[in-house]
Amino acid sequence: MDNQLLQRPAERELLQRAKTGDFTAFQELVAQLQPRVYGLAFRILQQVQDAEDTVQQTFLSLIEHIGEFREESSIATWVLKIASNHALKILRKKRGLQVTSMHAVDPDDRYDSVPHPEFISPWSKTPEEIAEQSEVHDELERALSQLNEKYRSVFVLRDVEGLSVKETAEALELTESTVKVRLLRARLALREQLTRKFGDPQRVMIPDHNHG
Amino acid sequence: MTCEELLKALNDYVDGQELTEICDEFAEHLAGCNPCQVVVDNIRQTISLYRAGQPYSMPTGFQERLQLSLKQKWAEKFGST
Repeated sequence: MDNQLLQRPAERELLQRAKTGDFTAFQELVAQLQPRVYGLAFRILQQVQDAEDTVQQTFLSLIEHIGEFREESSIATWVLKIASNHALKILRKKRGLQVTSMHAVDPDDRYDSVPHPEFISPWSKTPEEIAEQSEVHDELERALSQLNEKYRSVFVLRDVEGLSVKETAEALELTESTVKVRLLRARLALREQLTRKFGDPQRVMIPDHNHG
Repeated sequence: MTCEELLKALNDYVDGQELTEICDEFAEHLAGCNPCQVVVDNIRQTISLYRAGQPYSMPTGFQERLQLSLKQKWAEKFGST
């Protein structure tokens, strides 16, 4: 199995072959990218059917625009951007006007309104040790689902999928400075929740100067 | 550097960007502010934990539906699969 994984053709080669009409190469490319696309869509949309639609729309778009890929980014990044675009369309359609707030100038997008950390405590285990516990997946998803979608989508693209700030901004049609503030809010909010779960209750800290 | 200023620079610091000026001030603040150090550690741990997460399992039957629609679209675009 490991051997097979190692010998799988690279995404770029698959795309080249797909461009010439090789459907098998395209299917292999889809198989490689699909888990990330589904994960991204589900985390942003929090709903199975919408996540499925996003995956389907993404790969249909990929067929449509297969000749247009420029070699500036990785194929995965390109496909994740297409997926974000479809996910945002679904959000807009569902929420109507509400989602325009995703792009509106928002007082929350300034640093001076970012909430200060409240519960401060070192974690008693490493992230690797925590990740092995079976119930952790649900804890992580619960914390993520409680975040506003504005912050969640930025966190998912930047921190879970590893896109750069610039790529995240392009994918979500936001400015880089907005991405940075939203990312900070997302990180602080998730830190707050997870530290209440995984922080050592014996070592809770009170800041000795004004943290706001 | 105040904790307020530190909060603004937190992303760049966590992402390990080369901002020497900020980093020096940041390091100085952290040396004298254990709670801020713990917050930085917590954020890095939070990100690692999400990155280490298991992929989602795809809904049953989805694979077939997806392949069918891709096949159709492919045939429209390239004439055959």
